Amino acid sequence: MTDNIHSASQTSFVAKLALRWGLYILLFLFALFYLMPLFVMVTTSLKSLDEIRTGSLMALPRDVTFEAWSTAWSSACTGIKCEGLRPYFWNSVLLAVPAVLISTMIGAINGYVIAKWRFKGANLIFSLMLFGCFIPFQVVLLPMAQMLGLMGMAGSITGLIFVHVVYGIGFTTLFFRNYYVTIPTELVKAAKVDGAGFFRILWEIILPLSLPIFVVTIIWQFTQIWNDFLFGVSFSQAGTQPVTVALNNIVNSTTGVKEYNVDMASAIIAALPTLFVYIVAGKYFIRGLTAGSVKG
Amino acid sequence: MAPILEIKNLYKNYGSLNILKDVNVSIGSGDFLVLVGPSGCGKSTLLNCIAGLEPISGGSIEIAGQDMTHVSPKNRNIAMVFQSYALYPTMTVAKNITFGLKVRGVEKAEQDTKLAEVARQLQIQPLLSRRPAQLSGGQRQRVAMGRALVRDPKLFLFDEPLSNLDAKLRVEMRTEIKKLHQNLGASMVYVTHDQIEAMTLATKIVVMKGGVVQQIGTPAEIYSTPSNLFVADFMGSPAMNLIPAKAKKNGTGYNIVIERAGGEPLVLHDRRIKKLPSNVVVGLRPEDIGDAQYRKGRDLHVSSCKVGVVEPAGADTFVLMSLGGKEVTARLHAETGAIPGKEMKFAFDMKKLSYFDADTGDRLELQ
Repeated sequence: MTDNIHSASQTSFVAKLALRWGLYILLFLFALFYLMPLFVMVTTSLKSLDEIRTGSLMALPRDVTFEAWSTAWSSACTGIKCEGLRPYFWNSVLLAVPAVLISTMIGAINGYVIAKWRFKGANLIFSLMLFGCFIPFQVVLLPMAQMLGLMGMAGSITGLIFVHVVYGIGFTTLFFRNYYVTIPTELVKAAKVDGAGFFRILWEIILPLSLPIFVVTIIWQFTQIWNDFLFGVSFSQAGTQPVTVALNNIVNSTTGVKEYNVDMASAIIAALPTLFVYIVAGKYFIRGLTAGSVKG
Repeated sequence: MAPILEIKNLYKNYGSLNILKDVNVSIGSGDFLVLVGPSGCGKSTLLNCIAGLEPISGGSIEIAGQDMTHVSPKNRNIAMVFQSYALYPTMTVAKNITFGLKVRGVEKAEQDTKLAEVARQLQIQPLLSRRPAQLSGGQRQRVAMGRALVRDPKLFLFDEPLSNLDAKLRVEMRTEIKKLHQNLGASMVYVTHDQIEAMTLATKIVVMKGGVVQQIGTPAEIYSTPSNLFVADFMGSPAMNLIPAKAKKNGTGYNIVIERAGGEPLVLHDRRIKKLPSNVVVGLRPEDIGDAQYRKGRDLHVSSCKVGVVEPAGADTFVLMSLGGKEVTARLHAETGAIPGKEMKFAFDMKKLSYFDADTGDRLELQ
């Protein structure tokens, strides 16, 4: 009898262990599968053209060379110009940083008003903003082009910033509004009785509580704006193109031999900032979630 | 002396929904006014209206002789303690308490003096550098009170401040609020759904139901002469016995006839009454029905009733019996000899009887 129980618990222990390891192995295989394209990109970017032509796609580089990276950064050809991704990369920085900050700040104020300073028609305005999130990019291209022309911002980085801010407000407002409805309204009431006004309550009570949602919104907005291609290609001209458009031009320039290593290096360079934001801000995101408990 | 708070004909509507109807309340300096009623009766809304956090739809509000009807909360010279305490989570206790002073541009040195004074008064000196999340419920409660006290306002508003505390702490804090009121001589308006809190704290009680004031009076008035069946039932624990009965003229006064299932009706003779309709509801507090063995006196009517259930509660023993088709509670001494199912002699205190109109529920005056 006792033997039976003993062996039964033993088999269940073995079964549990097998299940656990099976799970790990499965997850490991999935991870490998997902990492494969990145592996191919990184290895290809470190090979010379000769090696790419003669070797296998999956093989590690025999001689590691960063030549493709330096070409991609400073001398690859986008159409007729051959100055690499560098100028466009800075265009994207000049575009994304202000656009993210402005749209996030406006979203914070909008969300604060809609969640904590109720006014007649607040629900309608919020619904309309929400609706704005669902309008496809393509629909606004033509009217937006006309607007930018009228405002004298056509083809400029300022114009692109404007487009991204306008398009982003719907999302940022939604994020902040949904976060602020979870903050007890009694806090705002208490501050009002204490004598604080609209902006003081925002600065001293609400914003210090908002780190987690700022991180979420910044990640979202930065990814959207940095990776955007359609607005970039539609509303920019030769000197103001963002990095995504330049990447497209490098890859599609079909003069002579296709330089796969340069293409791969360019794609990685263009993707690095979003990767960086996830790694850096993701940590704050988790920290913010655990430390920001309002009710305690 | 001018009243510290005077509310006249106050109405509050949300769209077509009436939340408050024709509220008139006035309190003097040093009064402790308690707004009490079941949830949804509009008591918290009324408090928010007094604070200026909710605009009102009609009527006026005066604080310390000044019309405050359309004045913003910060200029009403009030301080408020909220149910959830509403402490600013990112600020230390000290910053929480002095925030109102800082906003009003009070000098740093004066802020510190006032903070030290309040911290001493509430015994929260060791907590000043902590954040709200590091405090227990009772400590947060003290800090919330400190934030109100430090401003030295004309009127304190409390919105169910004890309802988030456990039972033991609630009783302790209740006593402390009462002490605070006595020491400061401040004027306070306090919202609660707990009728015991209302009775123990108030100098004046407003009983509300469905946005309408049912009765305003001292705790003793509310307790002994409730103005209608709702107040009679709501205030007091266990609740007042409300027994349907027939009234019949009999010499100098009335006979009150209460039916009993399977027995002779109980007949009480009340000499005080001049006029009464034939259908009434008799109100009698549990403590006004005694054990005839221990209760002697002139105005007692002694009658034998069958004991239903006996519930010992330590200091008292509650005895339930059936009268007029209702469960009637009597509050007896702990050493009573009541035995379930046995007949026993009860003494009804005839001075304490209240009468209500069976149709309208309103109190019937004796003269």
